[in-house]
Amino acid sequence: MTDEPAPPSAREPRVTTSHTSQTEAPRTTGGTPDDDHAVIIDLDDLDVFYGDFHAVESVSLPVREKEVTAFIGPSGCGKSTVLRSINRMNDLIPSARVEGAVSYHGVDLYGPGVDPVQVRRHIGMVFQKPNPFPKSIYDNVSFGPKIAGHSGDMDDLVERSLDRAALWDEVKDKLDESAYALSGGQQQRLCIARAIATSPDVLLMDEPASSLDPIATLRIEELMYELKQDYTIIIVTHNMQQAARVSDRTAFFSVNVDAGQRTGRLVEFTETARIFTAPDKQETEDYITGRFG
Amino acid sequence: MTAATDRKRKATADAVSASIRSGGPNWKPLAFQGLLLVLLLTSMLILVALLADIAVSAWPTFQSRGLSFVTSGLSLNPETAGVFTGIVGSLVIAGIVIILAFPIGVAAAVYLEEYAPDNRWTRFVDTTVRNLAGVPSIVYGLLGLAIFVPLVRNIGLGGSTSGKNVVAAGITMAALVLPIVVITAAEAIRAVPSSIREAGFGVGATQWEVIRSHVLPSALPGILTGTVLTLARALGETAPLLVIGVATGYFAPAGNATMFDQLTGSYTALPVIVFSWTRQTQAEFADTLAPAAIIVLLVVLFILNGVAIWLRNRTEKKW
Repeated sequence: MTDEPAPPSAREPRVTTSHTSQTEAPRTTGGTPDDDHAVIIDLDDLDVFYGDFHAVESVSLPVREKEVTAFIGPSGCGKSTVLRSINRMNDLIPSARVEGAVSYHGVDLYGPGVDPVQVRRHIGMVFQKPNPFPKSIYDNVSFGPKIAGHSGDMDDLVERSLDRAALWDEVKDKLDESAYALSGGQQQRLCIARAIATSPDVLLMDEPASSLDPIATLRIEELMYELKQDYTIIIVTHNMQQAARVSDRTAFFSVNVDAGQRTGRLVEFTETARIFTAPDKQETEDYITGRFG
Repeated sequence: MTAATDRKRKATADAVSASIRSGGPNWKPLAFQGLLLVLLLTSMLILVALLADIAVSAWPTFQSRGLSFVTSGLSLNPETAGVFTGIVGSLVIAGIVIILAFPIGVAAAVYLEEYAPDNRWTRFVDTTVRNLAGVPSIVYGLLGLAIFVPLVRNIGLGGSTSGKNVVAAGITMAALVLPIVVITAAEAIRAVPSSIREAGFGVGATQWEVIRSHVLPSALPGILTGTVLTLARALGETAPLLVIGVATGYFAPAGNATMFDQLTGSYTALPVIVFSWTRQTQAEFADTLAPAAIIVLLVVLFILNGVAIWLRNRTEKKW
């Protein structure tokens, strides 16, 4: 699946035209990072522990709004752990403990009085393996807004969410059918529709395309390009080409193997075009050129 | 090719052919399979023989009495004795068991599986529940006599039997089956994949919303299957009822007895009728009426189980 990337010095950011985009603008590999975008999520010296195990150490990085930020790195480097810390999903693991701050629009998400349930309505999540509820397609999308007390037209909201997730045309005649009757790619788009139905600000995606075939993967990537007009997206991926294709900025994580403990840390965080052509750190270049990981 | 290569090829082919062809039927696996089949048929045969014997003995009763056997009350006269009072008693007990044991049992299972932290205390509770499921039913009878009978008396439902009535019996049977309900419900809840819970939390649901909207509906088929087990136990146990003072002989409510009087007065249940009829001096009770009562008990059980299974199939969606 992965072909050898060209050595950094020989690569220029290529301009590619997207296949099915509804806007006609050509898409640039390396995205469109813009320093005028405000920072809405700020990780400040974040450490995550599972019991005594120090999983992630001292991560500090700003995430700007309406951009796609990618986390890449070898297995076990803590990318998913950091991602799940942002919407307090690690709370579900009893031994998990967080030190440092995760600020969202200036509010520390681990501060006193913060309700994780409300956090997750603002910061949605799409998981690696599609996990629709064992209910109908309509009920899958409407569940989140319903428990959040949505009082408007639910049919309209479901349609808009499915449309935004590029799934409406395929399912509009079978909204009452089981979500499990859909293909893997469709189920994942359903999960995206479900996540955006609660009108979050931020979408966290934990390897959303890793269990999908290449065509479905491409559709998900196209979708991300459209969604970033309205949402801030953070994606964890172990596919570097995917990170290069979809993200504006990339964070490279790696692992310190230290006295028997594998602790993840952030090595470099910069614009995607830069990280794949002229990274600052040697470790980053080694990973990108395939010398390890 | 050359003759040497041909010879080699043929030699290889012969060797392979010899080794992959079996010399004849392989007896050991067949014998083992045959043995298992014989054991299965034997156990089924015992059950079938038992049922056939009962059915044959019961047939004269149904032939001569028909439905009046089911609609008549107890009597000392074998010509008019019926199981109606027993059916009512058994159904009231089943009703009390369902009303009490299921909500409490399922709630306990939800707590143990979803809310309780995984520590020594939780494991202790879990082990205790499993042990309670194995306690002999007569012990529950003593428990009922010691605690539930005075309880029923004190809440004003003692009636003419000072608490030794079907209400106390129902509560006792509910306590008897409660551990089984907790265990089967816990298994069903545990079988719900955690990816569904994660998805629920991911869209901003509270723990109770995840349980109510996703975990319990998914676990419901398994819980209803547990219903089948518990109802069978509740309807079939005789020992606790004997301790609580079920009427084993003849009794009849007074002509103008109110519903309350009937509920709090003497009662009986189908298995107890079977028990008492086998001990009567008149031979017809033991020979033809008791088997007929057993058949009625089995029919009542099958109907209740059928309802539970129908409910389970309805909730077991096509997902």
